[in-house]
Amino acid sequence: MAVCIAVIAKENYPLYIRSVPIQNELKFHYTVHTSLDVVEEKISAVGKAMADQRELYLGLLYPTEDYKVYGYVTNSKVKFVIVVDSSNTSLRDNEIRSMFRKLHNSFTDVMCNPFYNPGDTIQSKAFDSMVSAMMVQVS
Amino acid sequence: MADDVLFEFLHMEMVSHIYKDQASRGEMDKDRATCVSTLEGMGFRVGQGLIERFTKDSPSFKDDLDVMKFICKDFWINVFRKQIDNLRTNHQGTYVLQDNKFALLTQFSSGKQYLEEAPKYLAYSCGLVRGALSNLGMDCVVTAEISLMASCKFQVVIQKI
Repeated sequence: MAVCIAVIAKENYPLYIRSVPIQNELKFHYTVHTSLDVVEEKISAVGKAMADQRELYLGLLYPTEDYKVYGYVTNSKVKFVIVVDSSNTSLRDNEIRSMFRKLHNSFTDVMCNPFYNPGDTIQSKAFDSMVSAMMVQVS
Repeated sequence: MADDVLFEFLHMEMVSHIYKDQASRGEMDKDRATCVSTLEGMGFRVGQGLIERFTKDSPSFKDDLDVMKFICKDFWINVFRKQIDNLRTNHQGTYVLQDNKFALLTQFSSGKQYLEEAPKYLAYSCGLVRGALSNLGMDCVVTAEISLMASCKFQVVIQKI
């Protein structure tokens, strides 16, 4: 269960950011922004090690005291960032991978929508509902 | 059964519609250029969406040549049901993709009669390749030429900033 989910375009501006406790939204924006540096580092680092096949899932980007940040890059250099609560230790790697899989699938659907111009913010309701399903339920 | 042919018919209709549209508005001189760019623009957007779908599960590409090989094999197979027959490069950013029996041109009769009209039917595919490459991070210019009917060459020149 994520606390914040973000989709960032190739040019490093956000296409979509949603976080659950709406009050702290700015803090999450900041966290996602700083995680971009780590993503860039991982992408370029793997480029040098040409021996192994590059994976799209980047894994844990960095942990802070409250949160853990995971990253994923598509072949079109669109980045997905998921921030989860550190206290939620039951979340395993596989679950995070499956969340990214679902994000990627929904993003592909948005991309193929003829009414969507690449580079615009994502307004799709289907994408919204998929993301809501992955976020922590706050009563 | 008739799946393959659906897109070919749609494409033929697309080209004739765009040209008819321009002709009905007069201005015969500017015709060709705007029609070609409209078709190319359509191909561009479709290419972007297609690439997102096709590369969903494949790992990242190592370099430009890898990307071009992907275009020649997987991409071309998914769109035109065959591979590119020949890929040549000068290793300086120019690639020539040769398709000896281009799917959208097979219906034309062979011989010189329709060689002049053929480029109209290549505009969309040029856009397709350009859109695909642009979404993979390579800005380029794609042009096509035909010397013999149904055999065409797409030239891709990567723009280095």
